[in-house]
Amino acid sequence: MPRRTVYEASIEYMQILDEHGNLDEKLAKDTLSDDDVVYMYEHMVTCRQLDEIAFKLQRSGRMGTYPQNKGQEAAAIGSGFAAKKGEDWLVPCYRENAALYMHGLPMHYILLHWMGDERGNQIPDGVNITPISIPIGTHMLHAVGIAWAMKLRKEPRVVLTYFGDGSTSEGDFHEAMNFASVFQTPTVFICQNNQWAISTPRESQMNSETVAQKALAYGMPTCQIDGNDIFAAYKATKEATDRARAGGGPSFIEMVTYRLGDHTTADDARRYRDQAEVDAWKEKDPIIRTRLYLESRGLWDDDRQIKLQDRAKTIVSEVVKAAEDIEKPGTDDFFDHMFAVLPEHLIRQRDTLRTSSIGQNPEQAGLRATPARV
Amino acid sequence: MPELIETPIHPAAGPWDLPEFVSEDQLPSRQGDRVIQYREALREAMAEEMRRDKRVYLIGEEVAQYNGAYKISQGMLEEFGPKRIIDSPISESGFAGMSIAAAMYGLRPIVEFMSWSFSLVAADPILNNAAKMLYMSGGQWGCPIVFRGNDGAGGQLGSTHSWCVEGLFANVPGMKMVIPSCPYDAKGLLKTAIRDPDPVFFLESERMLGDRAHVPAEEYYIPFGQAAKLREGDACTLVSFGRPVNFCLEAARRLAEDGIECDVLDMRTIRPLDIESIAASVQRTGRVVVVDQSWPFGSVASEVMAQVCEHCFDWLDAPPARVNTADVPTPYAKGLEQAYLPNPDRIVAAVENIVQG
Ligand SMILES: Cc1ncc(C[n+]2csc(CCOP(=O)(O)OP(=O)(O)O)c2C)c(N)n1
Ligand SMILES: [Mg+2]
Repeated sequence: MPRRTVYEASIEYMQILDEHGNLDEKLAKDTLSDDDVVYMYEHMVTCRQLDEIAFKLQRSGRMGTYPQNKGQEAAAIGSGFAAKKGEDWLVPCYRENAALYMHGLPMHYILLHWMGDERGNQIPDGVNITPISIPIGTHMLHAVGIAWAMKLRKEPRVVLTYFGDGSTSEGDFHEAMNFASVFQTPTVFICQNNQWAISTPRESQMNSETVAQKALAYGMPTCQIDGNDIFAAYKATKEATDRARAGGGPSFIEMVTYRLGDHTTADDARRYRDQAEVDAWKEKDPIIRTRLYLESRGLWDDDRQIKLQDRAKTIVSEVVKAAEDIEKPGTDDFFDHMFAVLPEHLIRQRDTLRTSSIGQNPEQAGLRATPARV
Repeated sequence: MPELIETPIHPAAGPWDLPEFVSEDQLPSRQGDRVIQYREALREAMAEEMRRDKRVYLIGEEVAQYNGAYKISQGMLEEFGPKRIIDSPISESGFAGMSIAAAMYGLRPIVEFMSWSFSLVAADPILNNAAKMLYMSGGQWGCPIVFRGNDGAGGQLGSTHSWCVEGLFANVPGMKMVIPSCPYDAKGLLKTAIRDPDPVFFLESERMLGDRAHVPAEEYYIPFGQAAKLREGDACTLVSFGRPVNFCLEAARRLAEDGIECDVLDMRTIRPLDIESIAASVQRTGRVVVVDQSWPFGSVASEVMAQVCEHCFDWLDAPPARVNTADVPTPYAKGLEQAYLPNPDRIVAAVENIVQG
């Protein structure tokens, strides 16, 4: 037979909770309990509140550029819930606050980071999260490296890494995927396909029908799910983490979702996308459908909603206060973490703020030494 | 149907299509009331060259539909269409590498990095391919390409997003490096860069894109390797490039109030480096402070100081001095970032220190 098919594949799509709050009972079996859903719902609402307030803080000049998460909470929390808190690791980019918060990152750290304070990335012991990563695509290799180290250390742990649709155009993404597969590392690649990379729509970013199919080339289990559905996000991720923990190697999950806000506070998305498109996605908002589902099961009502909203406001205003109350870093601070032991030339720079030509007496140069921090 | 391009494939072979350069005093006046932004000056340079030469295209993230992340290419998609103003996927290594080969094959790419910080993922194509192509092909494959984008800190974008690449990249032979400090130079230098037969790294500053000044409507080309003298004085020479030139001018004004008059030289290009003008000034003043917005170790300032020592040792009345950033990654916090960068206060202090001995 001179011509034959040597490879065939297809991509499975999964949705369990639709936008009207209807649940596919069969698929939902053994996934999330009522308590789980309530817990996740409360988290999503609180993170949405954080998002709104962070946006306002930026607008009033109290914070630097901030990327809103609005609309993508289910993908973050559903997947995060499938990882073992304090055991597994998360290697994030910048649009999965709900997962970070759920895994124990104090919420004010998120604000602290975007306020421009490196201490926001000084993640507390026992919280298994790496710092927020801005150079697109580069952190996925770290996820593979950590997973590989875990494997060599024979730890039954898994690494989840988050990235956007646009990030899959970077070379580093492909190198990470290939390594993960060749080395069979316990890595779960979670692509939050929110349809846009700043102003670049998915169709201009790639010519493939799905993002999920990119994993086929690396021989990796892959699927596409409704990313606004906590059940599907949880189930797909749980299958992937179970497989990885059992030594089955990496997996890829494309979570189809939508960025309801601007790319960051430096962007105005109205300039490049149709309001009709945004409106259509607003109806698929993960928070709306999760609430509908909870109501249909008699687990939620207006009274609980009002209480939750009040609680979220209180939590977030405390978080803002916590972030703003931390003593601002001084110029000494940027020398503190340069080396395990600060070398002589940096001690001199710290004490004089003279950065070069330091052969001369700093007092002669008319430079006040900054008071040392106590 | 776009017009056919019939010029030769190997651009190294010429014809090189160089502009005619005139001396500084014959360039159009810097004074006038056609006040536009730095970003508009850049756009004007690109648009004029694209009208003149159909081989020129612009590629980068967000450059077309979105008019550029910093609105530099505003309106260019409408004028030149999507074949020449090209939105790229987020693949810096990809569009840099491909454009290098397009340049080898007779096109004239302008590659926009949203930020030079993101050129780091394209380090191999820009440093290992573009800068060495002519050399490694024994003079056969030219590489007339312009890489441009935002360089430098000051926007509170955190350390990975605030790179000043000049110190790092200027070390590599085979490319030219341009860093304008004002709208007038931005236009004249970018036009020269696009006409240049070799790879040019063109460093803009996000902090200056909104700066406004008179820019002539007519076409003009500023030659590479010619520093501009922006102020005259006998006490000390201040040498800088890019955004901190403006800090030097401010420092010089303040020093003048105390009777300390400085020469202020804007290098305009880092490679080629106009050491002749710098040396001539230092030989007259006997003192020099080099101001550089990147890290001190192995920086452009270090190179300028080394060359000053080679050329002016016997004329120096005081040790040459540098003002760089602190030797740490760019701090994210606003106040700290300002303290980390060179600023007029620190320049004044450095000059006073060597003038008063
Ligand atoms: C290497 C690199 N190139 C470019 C950028 C600028 N940039 C920041 S976010 C972004 C879009 C990313 O899109 P996507 O991966 O889909 O994530 P999303 O923002 O949609 O969550 C770009 C181009 C960057 N940070 N790093
Ligand atoms: Mg995206």
